[in-house]
This record gives sequence, structure tokens and C-alpha cells, in this order.
Amino acid sequence: MPDLGLEVLFKGKNLARLLGGLWTALRISLLSVAISLPLGVLLGVLMTRNNRFVKALLQFYLNFIRIMPQMVLLFIVYFGSTRAFGWDISGEAASVIVFTLWGTAEMSDLVRGALISIPRHQYESAEALGMSKSQTSLYIIIPQAVRRLIPLSINLVTRMIKTTSLILMIGVVEVLKVSQQIIEANRMSSPNAAFGVYLSVFLLYFFACWPISLLAGRLEKKWS
Amino acid sequence: MDEVILSVKNLVKRFDDNTILNGISFDVRRGEVIVVLGPSGCGKSTLLRCLNALEPIQGGEIFLNGQAVDSAAKDLTGLRQQIGMVFQSYELFPHMSVLNNILIAPVQVQKRQREEVRAEALQLLERVGLREKQNSFPRELSGGQKQRVAIVRALCMHPEVLLLDEITAALDPEMVREVLDVVLNLAREGKTMLIVTHELSFARAIADRVLFIDGGKIVEQGKPADFFDHPQTERAKQFLRTFEYESVK
Amino acid sequence: MNWEFISKYLPLYEKAAWLTLKLGLLGIVLATLVGLLCAAVRYYRIPVLEGIVRIYIEISRNTPLLIQLFFIYYGLPKIGIRTDPASCGVAGLAFLGGSYMAEAFRSGLESVDPIQSETAYALGMSRSQALRFIILPQAAAVSVPAYMANVIFLLKETSVFSAVSLMDLMFTAKDLIGLYYKTTESLAMLVGFYLIILLPVSALGNVLERRLRYAGFGA
Repeated sequence: MPDLGLEVLFKGKNLARLLGGLWTALRISLLSVAISLPLGVLLGVLMTRNNRFVKALLQFYLNFIRIMPQMVLLFIVYFGSTRAFGWDISGEAASVIVFTLWGTAEMSDLVRGALISIPRHQYESAEALGMSKSQTSLYIIIPQAVRRLIPLSINLVTRMIKTTSLILMIGVVEVLKVSQQIIEANRMSSPNAAFGVYLSVFLLYFFACWPISLLAGRLEKKWS
Repeated sequence: MDEVILSVKNLVKRFDDNTILNGISFDVRRGEVIVVLGPSGCGKSTLLRCLNALEPIQGGEIFLNGQAVDSAAKDLTGLRQQIGMVFQSYELFPHMSVLNNILIAPVQVQKRQREEVRAEALQLLERVGLREKQNSFPRELSGGQKQRVAIVRALCMHPEVLLLDEITAALDPEMVREVLDVVLNLAREGKTMLIVTHELSFARAIADRVLFIDGGKIVEQGKPADFFDHPQTERAKQFLRTFEYESVK
Repeated sequence: MNWEFISKYLPLYEKAAWLTLKLGLLGIVLATLVGLLCAAVRYYRIPVLEGIVRIYIEISRNTPLLIQLFFIYYGLPKIGIRTDPASCGVAGLAFLGGSYMAEAFRSGLESVDPIQSETAYALGMSRSQALRFIILPQAAAVSVPAYMANVIFLLKETSVFSAVSLMDLMFTAKDLIGLYYKTTESLAMLVGFYLIILLPVSALGNVLERRLRYAGFGA
């Protein structure tokens, strides 16, 4: 059995530290999700309204956010805001801002897509039954849109969790940082620690995202 | 009109435990037009799919000109070229023009000269009134037009026998006629056909013989005049009654 | 805005952009091949291989590229698999992108109604003829929008390449910010170069999608 550097995980508090690192990343993504989802719903609904100015503004926001790599957005907020406004925001705050901006853009697009995917005659037949606009929305449109939306927004959650790995690059302590520290500290006693530690990190991310993806897939199949 | 070209012997078709066809036997002679009738779900369409080896069969045999037809047949593609089939949902190839829909199989499968097939295709399109649509795409056609193209596509392969599977079931009533007229003309020319349909007056006009299937078996068969006017079995009588309405005034 | 600074360091960005583009495109080509292979395995339900492909797709889609790169670059050498930064980046992109491409191709293949192939068989076509003339052209048209979205996604993902010490755009920007504190200029050039790379691809995707929708087949 070659030395895979797995034993280092069970030394001292290393495993707990790794999990703690993952928790930091998870906390950042959950916080961003919690803000993004309602904001995204709001913007998504606004985008289906016929206000030209609002539409153009949202379109610009959406397009810019979606075409830029999240790393670039992270750099802009983390480095740029210090420079432009003299704020000294923490890496954690910068990440929450960026992931919220990004998550809101993605979510609003999902909401808009779900709303316009509902065929016209659904509105028409509801009106033909004498329903008011708000009754039509409440009983006919929203329930259908929500069914389309839920699997997609669950998928968005996994994408946000995966994206939080990027915050290593601006120095927020989380999984990768912790693993580098562990590897560094055990360089002498277990030279192969890098394999075991990075494999664990890999698996930790996988087991954080996989169940959520499975859930999304199952709901999608059930409701399509 | 006595040469048997298609022969079905004791055909059995099951889906899992569900027996759809249970011992179907009949012969089709050259130039004969057979109409298959029966209640929904009696296995009429499945029968046609078996004849083209689109469904594997669990018992019995099918012979086309003496050659066995089944999904493991040696020259399956060769056999299928001799059996034309038209589907209820037209199934034109959406990414090809009308003309290419018709040419693709004769040119690629039968390796015939493109120009020769093209001339024939245009002639056939002319006869079904669609020559000017040769360069249109399927999405630009009405249902009735699509179905006429599908018939031409099948004919261009020069099949020995033509299978028509509820070809007007998806059509608006006013388009049914334009399609059925094409089929009536084919019958006049002596095309051998096996037709599944719900259009009873059409069936009566075109059929040399009617097969009535129910419960996976041929319950009754005979000349259309006999079948429609003097059905022998209770089930056939019941089936024919479902097409009649009594006045409520 | 310090234009002198910009013109001085523009060539550095240009070099980095070429690196990003070169490795990105190579990774995308490989991802496309992996995707085609996996889609074929799943479409034809090839035993054993299908299971392996499924596991690969789940793993690849549920882990971040950054972590994949770290594992390949720092973890694998410990069991004797060594890669230089460039091959590591390309391999990571192919590993990540392969699963996304596979799903794009598979959804295209599955969008073609089975009765279309039956129609082809009824016309006497062999399996390979039906695939070539009937299924693939329709499947390809359906796959194009998802394919283009994946291309953009993968090009964006290259932004983590600096983690394995590749001197890409992010690396250059971070370097200049750290060295000279010319944050605004460095960030502006960073954004500018990503727009130069990504906007044309995105525009191409939109054009293709519109073409296919209108010249497309509909029902």
C-alpha cells in the first residue's frame, strides 16, 4: 500500500479544521443564496414588465454579470472598492457581495424564463373563466412557474457552492487555505499529505453538491 | 389477383405480460386492398409495426414473397424497402425540403440515380397536387399536405405493399378528403395496401376485404358489403353501432 | 486613469490573453471529444461503460474546477502523475467540460423522436444511415445553443488557471495590483480583455441560436 497521505487527516484536529473551512465556504454561499433568491424573483418579475428603461438597465446588469468570470467580479469588488471608495472590506464581505450580485442575476433570468414559458392561452383561459389578474397569477401562473423554477434554483445553489471555492484566491480562510496549512505543517512527517488532503477536499465539495443535484434532478423529472 | 405476396401465420405479439396480438393469420394477394378495423387499443397499429419488423414478435411468422420478416432477418433493410409505411404523425424529416424527404431513401439506400428519382418524385408530387411545394420545408405545410408528401415518399421506393397506419387520424376533417382521394387513386391503379383507419365510409369504398380485430384476434373478416351490412358477430355489431347517432329531437 | 501605465503593461495582458485563449480552446476541443464519447455511450446504453460515464459526469459536475486543478496539480504527483501547469489547466478544463458537453449532446440526441428513426428504418435505411441522415442533423441543431453556452462557461472558468501558477489574465492583474497599486488601470484592462475574448463568442452563440430557431425546422 503506497503512502497516500491519508493518515494526516486523523492527526490532531486536522479533519475538524478541514470541515470548518468547508463550513466557512458553505456559510458564504448560503448567505448569498438567501439574499439572491428573493432579489432574483423581484428582478425577474420586473423584467417581464413593459418598462423600457427598467428593462434596459436590468439587461445591462444581467449581461455584464453573466459574461464576466466570477473571479473578475471578485477582483473588482475586493480590490476595486478599496481603491474607489476607500472601503476596506473583508474578503468575506466582498465574496458575499459578489456571489449575491451574480446569484441575483442568474436567478432573475431563471424567473423570467419560467414566467415567459407559460403559454398565453393559460392566461386567456383563466380570464375566460372570469378570474381577475391577481387571481390568474395566484392560482394559475405562479404555481406553474414555481414548478419549473424549483429544480433550476436548486441547481443554482450547487453552482453557488462550487463557486465559493474561488474565495481562496482573495485570501478568505476556507477549505483550500486550511488544506494548504495542513500540508505545510506536516511536510516532514507525511510528505504525501497533498494527495490525501486534496482528495478529501475534492470529496467534501462533491458530497456537499451531489445530494442537492440529485434532488434537483428528481424534482425536474417528477414535474416535467 | 391470386399471387400471395404477404403472408402472416399465427402472429403473437406481447409487451411483457400483456398479449396484444394472439394468433393472427391472413394472406395479402397482389393488388388487394385490406382494411383493418377494430376498437382502439385492439392492436391494429401494432400489427402494422410487426409487419415492418419495427416490433419484435413473440410467435408466428411473417413472409414477404416467401422471405421471413423479423427483426433478426438477414436482409432486413432489403425487406423493408419492399414494404412502404405511412404513419399517423406523418414523420417527414423536419430538416429536409419536401423533395429531399422523398429523394433521401431512393438515392442513399437504393443507390438510384438522383435525376431519375427526382423526375419520378416530381411526377408523383404533381399527381397529389404538391409539385409547387417541392422546395418547401415540412413546417410550412398543412397536415394534409405533409401526409400526401409522406405517401409520395413511400411510393418512390416502389414497395410491393403499402402499410397505412391511421393516416388521417391527426388531420382536420376538411383535410381528410384530400389525403383519402390520393389513396383511392392508388387502389384504382392496383396498389397492394393494408390500411388501418377509422373512416368507415372510406373503408367500405376502398376495401376488397375487411379484417375486424378485437382482443388480439381476427374476430370477423369478409367483403365490405357483407361486413358493414350483415356483421356476423356480436362484437362487430357493437363496434359498428358506436359510429351511429340517434336523433334526440 | 493612468494611460502611460496602461500602454506600458498592455503587451503583458496581451500575452496573458493569448495564453488564456490557447489553453481554453485546447481544453474546449478535448472537452468536446470527451463529451461526444460519453454521449454516444449513454445514447447506445453500452453496458459497464455507461455506469462509468454516469459516475464521471456526477463527479465532474459536482466539484469546482479550482479543486479539480489543485488535485491534479498538487495531489496527483504524490502518486506519480506529474503535469506541468499548462497541461494541468487543459486537462482540468477537459475533465470539467466533458460532462457539460456530454449533457448538451445527449439532450440533442434525445430530442429526436424515436419514431423518426423508425421512419428511416421503414424506408430501408440501416442504423448508420438513419443516424447520419436523420438523427444527427436534427440532434446537432438542438445541441448548438447548449454547446455555445458551454464554450462561454469554459472560457470563463479559465480564470482560475492562475491557481496552478499559469500566467493568465488574472495572474497578471493580481501581480500588477500587488506591485504598483494601480488598481483601477489593472482591473480595467482585465475586464477589457475578457470582454474582447467573450463578447464575440457570445454574439456568435446568439446568431447561431436565432438562425436555428428561424431557419430551423419547428414541428
